[in-house]
Amino acid sequence: MTTLHFINARLIDPVALTDDVGTLTVQDGLITALNADAPAGATVIDCDGACLAPGIIDIGVKVSEPGERHKESFRSAGRAAAAGGVTTIVTRPDTAPPIDTPEALEFVRRRAEVEACVNVLPMATLTKGREGREMTEIGFLLDAGAVAFTDGDHVVTDTKVLSRALTYARSLGALVIGHPQDPGLSAGACVTSGKFASLRGLPAVSPMAERMGLDRDIALLEMTGARYHADQITTARALPALERAKRNGLKITAGISIHHLTLNDMDVADYRTFFKLTPPLRSEDDRQAVINALAEGLIDIVCSMHTPQDEESKRLPFEHAAAGAVGLQTLLPAALRLVHAGQITLPRLFRALTLNPAHLLNLPAGRLTPGTPADLVLFDPDAPFVLDRATLLSKSKNTPFDGARLQGRVIGTWVGGTCVAGTHVQGGFDA
Amino acid sequence: MSFRARHLLGIEHLAPDEITTLIDLADTYATDNRAGKTHRDVLAGMTQINMFFENSTRTQASFELAGKKLGADVMNMAMQSSSVKKGETLIDTALTLNAMHPDLLVVRHPSSGAVDLLAQKVNGAVLNAGDGRHEHPTQALLDGLTIRRAKGRLHRLSIAICGDIAHSRVARSNIMLLGKMENRVRLIAPPTLMPAGISEFGVEVFDDMEKGLQDVDVVMMLRLQKERMDGGFIPSEREYFHRYGLDAAKLARAKPDAIVMHPGPMNRGVEIDGTIADDINRSVIQTQVEMGVAVRMAAMDLLARNLRAARAEAAA
Repeated sequence: MTTLHFINARLIDPVALTDDVGTLTVQDGLITALNADAPAGATVIDCDGACLAPGIIDIGVKVSEPGERHKESFRSAGRAAAAGGVTTIVTRPDTAPPIDTPEALEFVRRRAEVEACVNVLPMATLTKGREGREMTEIGFLLDAGAVAFTDGDHVVTDTKVLSRALTYARSLGALVIGHPQDPGLSAGACVTSGKFASLRGLPAVSPMAERMGLDRDIALLEMTGARYHADQITTARALPALERAKRNGLKITAGISIHHLTLNDMDVADYRTFFKLTPPLRSEDDRQAVINALAEGLIDIVCSMHTPQDEESKRLPFEHAAAGAVGLQTLLPAALRLVHAGQITLPRLFRALTLNPAHLLNLPAGRLTPGTPADLVLFDPDAPFVLDRATLLSKSKNTPFDGARLQGRVIGTWVGGTCVAGTHVQGGFDA
Repeated sequence: MSFRARHLLGIEHLAPDEITTLIDLADTYATDNRAGKTHRDVLAGMTQINMFFENSTRTQASFELAGKKLGADVMNMAMQSSSVKKGETLIDTALTLNAMHPDLLVVRHPSSGAVDLLAQKVNGAVLNAGDGRHEHPTQALLDGLTIRRAKGRLHRLSIAICGDIAHSRVARSNIMLLGKMENRVRLIAPPTLMPAGISEFGVEVFDDMEKGLQDVDVVMMLRLQKERMDGGFIPSEREYFHRYGLDAAKLARAKPDAIVMHPGPMNRGVEIDGTIADDINRSVIQTQVEMGVAVRMAAMDLLARNLRAARAEAAA
């Protein structure tokens, strides 16, 4: 394999939390040295002051295979991920049929291997059919390569079922990902309650439903000792409970989607269904609170919660439209909004995009440490552009950022030292 | 004339002068209707389609009569029994109808925002005849006209809206219209039927009806739907009538000349005592129905003028 030598790069190091200009050397798919001289025969890449960071590890990506390949395939998701600087996608099992057997997981792994140009790590469901009644074959699924277990946004309502699944998962060291939401209180709701919901006359859920869901799951963690990650913590009210659980030593982490960090409930405006998400967008006060929680490290992980939906499922009255937004390609530029607004530093942002998910899944990637995989993204954090959703590489174009002014362009993405997006020539780039 | 809107989707997007223009015109139509004077030339040659995705007798009849009085060719489509059942989406239904070139589309739909969605896809003027819990603009306008005729003005009045605010599009449209016309609006409901964050709309919120009715000029009652009565939102029909039904004792709190309104259809003995509803000195409920036709005539007239102007401009 070739040897790459990046020079004049702003090295974004999420371990040391540094952002310094230097060089990085890649050999045989691994990062081999920082700030060293170019090895003989190396291809020198002049980054011209752009940022070089670990590739993003995105937990919770929906690839609509099997079942709805017209919405997203492993090939299209892989290309979108690469173009967005995402080098590892951790796929959701809420497909049709769901990934609840080792055989189904095997299908996902084979498809991903053939089609996707980035790393794909599959998750499996926690209960059969995501029905919340019987746990899946957690042991076999782990052996088959499942990295975590989740029923997605189907909350396991029966606490006995969930406590047994958590207990069983703990014995195997398996990670369980929950969706903290009280299912009774949130039934039928499509927006967060408040002035906007009342103005638009839409069925709404109190943000308290998230806190109630989290409180319940924390109690079960205390009981079972399982490893648990809350997929999205989006409200101010849930934060003290999360903070306490962490302080008490429970094995709990929390994520948030980029949309809840950059948009609020008012963005739905005149019933724009591309802004219909699960959970629904929150108030501006909540948004500011979760940004602070992210900057302080209370919220560990930022993800895209990439959810492709076709045009037909979005061109419906708001209540009946499908929820979710694509995000693989917009995750980085949208997250950079927080950096440009001075709310988080670049290294801290990358800790939430790369290092923390790597820790959670016990992956060697997600850092710029010699000896780890050369999964890298090179980007210009300032380059401005107006997003045109037609240019997205996902098969589905349901982004809330259509027409938005964003900053941050990916120049190149490398997975294991192989360039998967952006084309580079000796000494420069032609992106 | 100042009425610039292309569609009538809600009160939210209307300016106070547009509301006044519409109500002024409706007032003259109301007078002419009483005098038996007809205006069959106003919408002559125009097609009006009433698309009701939700059952309605009164509103549909009112729109139909208004259109016919102005000379439009009116067609009623009962959407809940047609292609919707065969799986056609709202947008496809809209496009199909649009291909028939209707000039005025009157739409009622059970989902909030559905009429806005449909309006984006058609060339004619769309009138919202009620969408989910969102808006019912012609109801608020006819209420405004009724109040103005009874009280001599539509500003600086104290108006109480009572009942199921949470599920009511009539309440939302009225809160906005009465607020834009600079009235004091009070909302009276059990907390389970009061929407969250409503106090941010510039209204006063009460859960005690007697306090809420103190010295008001207008009492606007809302219909309580049957499916909300059995334990879900309120304990029972009789407890609701006891605490929130309009009877003589509660009405005595309002000003002596306060008027009583109801958008209909009424549940006598649930939200309103029958004798009050029938009291010709207090109740303007029948006037509301009469003003409904006049307001819908005015709305279609103004939208048709804007439609003709837009077409003339496009042709030029």
